[in-house]
Amino acid sequence: MEIPALSQHEQALRFRALRNQVLSSNIANADTPNFKARDLDFGSALKGARESTINLERTSDLHKQAWGTTTHGSKMMYRMPSQPTLDGNTVAMDVEQAAFAENALQYRASLAFLDGTIRTLRYALKGGD
Amino acid sequence: MSLFNVFDVAGSAMNAQSLRMNVTASNLANAGDVSGDPDKVYRARQPVFSSFSTSLADQTGVAGVKLDGVVESAAPLQLRYQPDHPEADADGNVYVTNVNTVEEMVNMMSASRSYKNNVEMINTTKDLLLQTLSLGR
Repeated sequence: MEIPALSQHEQALRFRALRNQVLSSNIANADTPNFKARDLDFGSALKGARESTINLERTSDLHKQAWGTTTHGSKMMYRMPSQPTLDGNTVAMDVEQAAFAENALQYRASLAFLDGTIRTLRYALKGGD
Repeated sequence: MSLFNVFDVAGSAMNAQSLRMNVTASNLANAGDVSGDPDKVYRARQPVFSSFSTSLADQTGVAGVKLDGVVESAAPLQLRYQPDHPEADADGNVYVTNVNTVEEMVNMMSASRSYKNNVEMINTTKDLLLQTLSLGR
């Protein structure tokens, strides 16, 4: 049985894990000549996920369609450098570190949502014990 | 679990940065090197980094750092007239190494900051992984 509430956050976690890797490779290559920083676009991941929606049963038109984020729809793009560099490296350490921290926090948020869902399911399974 | 790749990537970067520190230490240690023969004088060395991807990482665009080699600086040697120096040549000149101490100090700071960044990255990712492991407990 697939639980939509779980798979939604699982996909978000996957996206965050992948972005964590991409950002870490940017930070690791901060001193590599001609390295171009890259990042994943959340918007395109969300768009890809919307096109392949997770179907929740809607008993009323007022209910919203649920969707999750998938990694296969996300686009990897090169970052636009804000300052020119002598060695052709486009890693701006402050930007990358901010993005890394943000992404780690969002990963933790997804984990917290998952944790809450699991807790709720467990509560229901135990009959509210 | 894909997050484990971060350890490889950050590890390779830390390795590269520690090597850069070693080269910088060697440069600073030889900062005052003097010789009567221009071929025997110590020349400043610099490591050259490049990024590499493992086969798995090729799809995701994740790249680590590797050392391409160490190049010697082509900056001109300083000529100093010092006839009383035991190694002075026939004209009384000695050649001084082209190590620039200010440059090397900056290099050292940059390497140590980059190293610390990578350590932080590993710590954060380790936290995330541990939290994922304790999911639903």
